[in-house]
Amino acid sequence: MKARVHVTLKNGVLDPQGKAVHHALQGLGFDGVNDVRQGKFIELELDGTDAAKAEAEVKEMCEKLLANTVIEDYSIELA
Amino acid sequence: MKSAVILFPGINRENDAIAALKQATGIEPTLVWHGDTELPKTDIIMVPGGFSYGDYLRCGAMAAKSPIMRAVSERAKQGVTTIGVCNGFQILTEAGLLPGALMRNASLKFICKNTHLKVENADTRFTNLYGAGDVVEYPVAHHDGNYFADSDTLDRLEGEGRVVLRYCDVDGKIDPATNLNGSQRNIAGIINEAGNVLGMMPHPENAIDPMHGGTDGRNLFKSMVEAAS
Repeated sequence: MKARVHVTLKNGVLDPQGKAVHHALQGLGFDGVNDVRQGKFIELELDGTDAAKAEAEVKEMCEKLLANTVIEDYSIELA
Repeated sequence: MKSAVILFPGINRENDAIAALKQATGIEPTLVWHGDTELPKTDIIMVPGGFSYGDYLRCGAMAAKSPIMRAVSERAKQGVTTIGVCNGFQILTEAGLLPGALMRNASLKFICKNTHLKVENADTRFTNLYGAGDVVEYPVAHHDGNYFADSDTLDRLEGEGRVVLRYCDVDGKIDPATNLNGSQRNIAGIINEAGNVLGMMPHPENAIDPMHGGTDGRNLFKSMVEAAS
């Protein structure tokens, strides 16, 4: 089973890297971009087939290591 | 007076930390490897600067979960004087010993220069040899020193006198223009609720010898030693 984790900065937390990317896109002529937020994508290959158990475990991984919940949110997708 | 310096792979300021602690205590500190699970008996713990684990995932995130940090957390919770500088500050926040997080500098640039800092609280075991409102000069060298915490946490830190150092100019002026890296409320260093754990981005250990260009950092180490005696 695969788990895909997206880690993004919380709303209200400034994202200077996202801002710089936005600025660079504007420089390339992409005028239709209103905002850019940069995050992380983490793919995990897991043992087992129990989705509920896997999700609980990945949630714990996010809380303990993969995300810093002071500044980041995370979402989990199992496949 | 015993002291210990924690060493993680990728740390590069451990010898500066050792020199500063040796100067202040008169005794060579013990260097403790990240994979160890036990910390020798010590009065001061220092988590030095550098780039532990290559800053993978987030600065300090991997180091905060290494075996030795369980022992460091235990000692810190027992009240042992603990200081984290630069990457050490990032590690202590990631380990949950200090609130908030250190983000990428607002300018996105690595900043390596001397900076002025205002001693906001001179009644801590790290600053008791300074005067309240003193302006000191330490070097900084970081890419991720932009302190962030939610506004409730910031209000609490300020209300409890736990903001120890703020970025300022030579006259002690604190405003957005003197905010080196975009930190919330110009915060450069904070202590925990019990007052025995300090995290700061600037490097006092690199301001202890006239050859460094200044010795403003000496009193920080001397304060710790005096308080722990």
